[in-house]
Amino acid sequence: MSVVAFAPQALSLCVRAQRVAAIAARHADDVDQAGRFPSEAVEAMKAERLLGIQVPASHGGEAASLTEIAEICVILGQACAASAMVFAMHHIKASSLVEHSDDTGWHSAFMRDVAKHQYLIASATTEGGIGGNLRNSICAIEVDGQICRLEKNATVISYATQADAILITSRAHADAAPSDQVMTAFLKHQYTLEKTTDWDTLGMRGTCSEGFVFRGQAPAEQIFPKPFAEIAAQSMLATSHLLWSGVWYGIAADAVARAQSFVRAAARKSAGVIPPGASHLAEAVNLLQLVKSNLLTGLKTYDEARANPDKLSSMSFAIAMNNVKIASSETILEIINRALLICGIMGYKNGTPYSLGRHLRDAHSARLMISNDRILGNTATMLLVQKPDLSLLGG
Amino acid sequence: MNETIRDILAKVGNLPVPAADLAQDADLYAAGLSSFASVQVMLGIEEAFDIEFPDNLLNRKSFASIAAIEVTVSQILKAQEAA
Repeated sequence: MSVVAFAPQALSLCVRAQRVAAIAARHADDVDQAGRFPSEAVEAMKAERLLGIQVPASHGGEAASLTEIAEICVILGQACAASAMVFAMHHIKASSLVEHSDDTGWHSAFMRDVAKHQYLIASATTEGGIGGNLRNSICAIEVDGQICRLEKNATVISYATQADAILITSRAHADAAPSDQVMTAFLKHQYTLEKTTDWDTLGMRGTCSEGFVFRGQAPAEQIFPKPFAEIAAQSMLATSHLLWSGVWYGIAADAVARAQSFVRAAARKSAGVIPPGASHLAEAVNLLQLVKSNLLTGLKTYDEARANPDKLSSMSFAIAMNNVKIASSETILEIINRALLICGIMGYKNGTPYSLGRHLRDAHSARLMISNDRILGNTATMLLVQKPDLSLLGG
Repeated sequence: MNETIRDILAKVGNLPVPAADLAQDADLYAAGLSSFASVQVMLGIEEAFDIEFPDNLLNRKSFASIAAIEVTVSQILKAQEAA
C-alpha cells in the first residue's frame, strides 16, 4: 500500500479530489469492462488523504462537512462512478464512527487510525433471509467475557477483500428481536471471508459487491455502544441518500457535459444553424439543475438537523432524505436518456468521446440500491401520520 | 390510558412478546417494534384518544416505551384542553 507520508492538507479538498478524479477517469473503462476494483483511484484517495477527512481535527482528520464530502462524490462521479461509490460508501461508514463514537472509547481511537493510516471501511448490513431490510438481522453477536464472535451470511459486502475494516450488523444477543441490532467494527486481521456470490452486473461493476460468509472474533469493546437503530436513523439514512445522490449527480453531470460538447461541435461545424439536439440539451440541463437543487436542499436539511438527535430521528427528516434519494435516482436516468438522444450513435458506441453506455448502466443501479419501491412504501407508511411540509422555508 | 396503549400495542404492534407483560420503560424497539408497526400504533392512539400527533413529537423518543407514549399523549391532551 503506497500511502504517501506527505499530507497535502494545505490544498483544498476539491483540488485533491480532482487529482484523484483524473486518475479514476483514466481507468474507468477498464474497471467497468473487467469488473475489477478501482485500485488506482482508491490508492490515489489514500495518497491525497481523502479517506480520513471526515474525522475531527482533534483525531487527526480535517472535520470535513457532509456537504464537502458530497462535493467530492460529485467530482469523482463524473470520472468513475464505481470509484465515487466506493468513496461514498466508505464515508457513510466513517459517519457512523464520527457521529456515534464517545470521546474515550475504542471507536474514538479507531477513528484516529482511520485518519492516520487511511483505512478503507466496508459495510455488511445485508443478510441472506432478511429480504433486503437492513433494519433486521438473523445472525446474533456472541459476547463471551471480553471477546465477541460473529458469523454472518452477508449477501453483499462491497469491496470486502480490499477493505481494511468492516462495520457489520447483527442482533444484539442470541435472544434479541430481529430489529434489536448492534453494529460492530472488525479489523482485517480479525475476520475471514468465504465468498458465496460473484458481482457480474450491468453497471457499478467496480464496487465488487460480492457475497461472503463473514466469520469474525474481536474484543467486545468493538461493538458500538449505541443501538444500530439510532445509528441507522441518525447518520446512515441521511449520509447514504445524500452521498449516493452526489455520485449520481456526478454521473448525470458528465453525461450532460458530453452531450453539450457534442452539440457545440455540431454548432461550430454548421454556423448559423441550431443543431437538432440543442433543445434536448436545454431539457437535460434543466433536469440536472433540479437534481442539484434537490441535493443541496437535502444537505442543508441535514446540516440544520445534525446537532439535534430528535430532529434526525423524526419522520419529517426521514421523508425529506427518502425524497432526495427517490428524485435523484429517477431523474438521472431521464437526463442520461436525453444525453443519449443528443449524442446519437456516437453516444451509443463505446470508445468515443461521447460514449454514454457506462453512464447509463451505472445510473441504473441508483433506483435499486435500496429499492425505490421499498423507500416509497416506507414514506407512504410515515405519511399516514406525518403531515407533509407545505411551507417554502420550513419551520 | 395505560391499558388502552397496551391494547393497541397488542393489536397492531406485532411484537413477539405479549404487550401486557412489557415493563413501563421497556424499549419497544428492542422488543421488536418495527417502524411500520410503530406507525400503526400511532394511528391506533390517535383514534383511541381523538388526538393528532404534532410533527415535533413524531420521533423515536416519543414512542420508545409505554411510559414515553403516556407522556406524549398526556402532553397532547393537555395542550388540547388549554386550546
